[in-house]
Amino acid sequence: MAKKHKSFEESLLRLKEISEKLEGSEVGLDDSIKLYEEGVKLAKECYTTLSEAELKIKELKSELEIDID
Amino acid sequence: MDLFTQEENILSVSEITNSVKRVLEKSFKGIKIVGEISNFKAHFSGHWYFTLKDANAQISCTMWKGNNSRVRFTPEDGMKIIVSGNISVYPPRGSYQIDVRSMKAEGVGELQAAFERLKQRLSDEGLFDVENKKAITRLPKKIGIVTAIDSAAFRDMVSVAERRFPLVELIVASSHVQGDGAAENIARNIKVLDSQGGIDTIIIGRGGGSLEDLWAFNEEIVARTIFDAETPIISGVGHEIDFTIADFVADLRAPTPTASMELATPNQEEILNYISDFFENSSTNVNSIITNFKDEIFGITNSYGFKSHDMIINNYMQTLDNYLFRIENGTNQKFQKSKNELNLLNNIVESFNVEKALERGFALVKQNNKTISRAKDYDSNKKIKIKFYDKEIEIT
Repeated sequence: MAKKHKSFEESLLRLKEISEKLEGSEVGLDDSIKLYEEGVKLAKECYTTLSEAELKIKELKSELEIDID
Repeated sequence: MDLFTQEENILSVSEITNSVKRVLEKSFKGIKIVGEISNFKAHFSGHWYFTLKDANAQISCTMWKGNNSRVRFTPEDGMKIIVSGNISVYPPRGSYQIDVRSMKAEGVGELQAAFERLKQRLSDEGLFDVENKKAITRLPKKIGIVTAIDSAAFRDMVSVAERRFPLVELIVASSHVQGDGAAENIARNIKVLDSQGGIDTIIIGRGGGSLEDLWAFNEEIVARTIFDAETPIISGVGHEIDFTIADFVADLRAPTPTASMELATPNQEEILNYISDFFENSSTNVNSIITNFKDEIFGITNSYGFKSHDMIINNYMQTLDNYLFRIENGTNQKFQKSKNELNLLNNIVESFNVEKALERGFALVKQNNKTISRAKDYDSNKKIKIKFYDKEIEIT
């Protein structure tokens, strides 16, 4: 399916799902190859995302200085 | 003595009370008094009323809302405290009291006792109950941090996040973590982060220090804010041995600020291992799926059903071969027989061969180029030819 780009978490979840399916016995040959291809693609994406990630830090200035009355 | 002779010295109740008020309030300004709290009442209005006593005396105290909001513990009966403030007189009752400006526990022992009491009370209320604990997100996108941004604790958290899971975004609400107003500041920052939306986990923390340094994390306002927050909260305050009220209310307690970030983030090593395991295991799995299908195909092609098909074909082949063999055989025999007959005939023909007869001495009589083999065919009026073996002659 031509779904939108998955988040890192979704990709990992899908990867887990694919591994489990491939470990099971009820997957047909065509499906297993399709799943494997999808999994390899996702795994590469996850790997790239993670290895290229740079920590982002944002300071939240609480403008709303609520006075305790 | 007549007590009532000097009538001009008679004062009204209000006059004398106001005189006393002036004298007392002027003389006892900015005093510090140590004593034990009794009859403590936090009024609905937010003001506090209590009595300060020792073995032989007692004195009423009031502490207005604006002042008591800065007290860093919840006063309770029996607690030994030092108050500072002024004496004030309340004319409607003719009573004097201390207008308490600030209060602190007398000694660490009292703070410890206040801690225990608050802990007990909140525990009874269910603030520490396990069923109220929220699960920490395993793969957070955003982590909120409530700590001092210039602290070593914060730097430690950042380096842990960088090493373990750089994919995460850290959102810092820098807070005072000790001193006046620290608890309110921490509570407000928790609320701000909690209401941001999209923040998966909030870490509250600070580095090690004395019981007093860590006190903000023992205050009720922080405890209640943690309890009310929608976002899961991890506390990482002080060292391993330090336990604060915040630790008990938080959804997860980390022994140190560093550990709090470790608990908030997955280890990217583990994720990378998981991914490389996928490559390894899944290709093995796909290969075994393929092998299984191959085995299955082999099994089917070797099955009786498939074989019987071959056998049928083979049977036909054999029958066909048999026919061909017989046809071939029969044909050969016939051919041989004909050949023999032909030879025989040929011999017979050979024996009648004219040339052979001529050679032996016979001659052939011809008239009009026809062989005259019978006398009745002879015409005496015509020329005659006689063919010998060596030559043909004509007789006229």
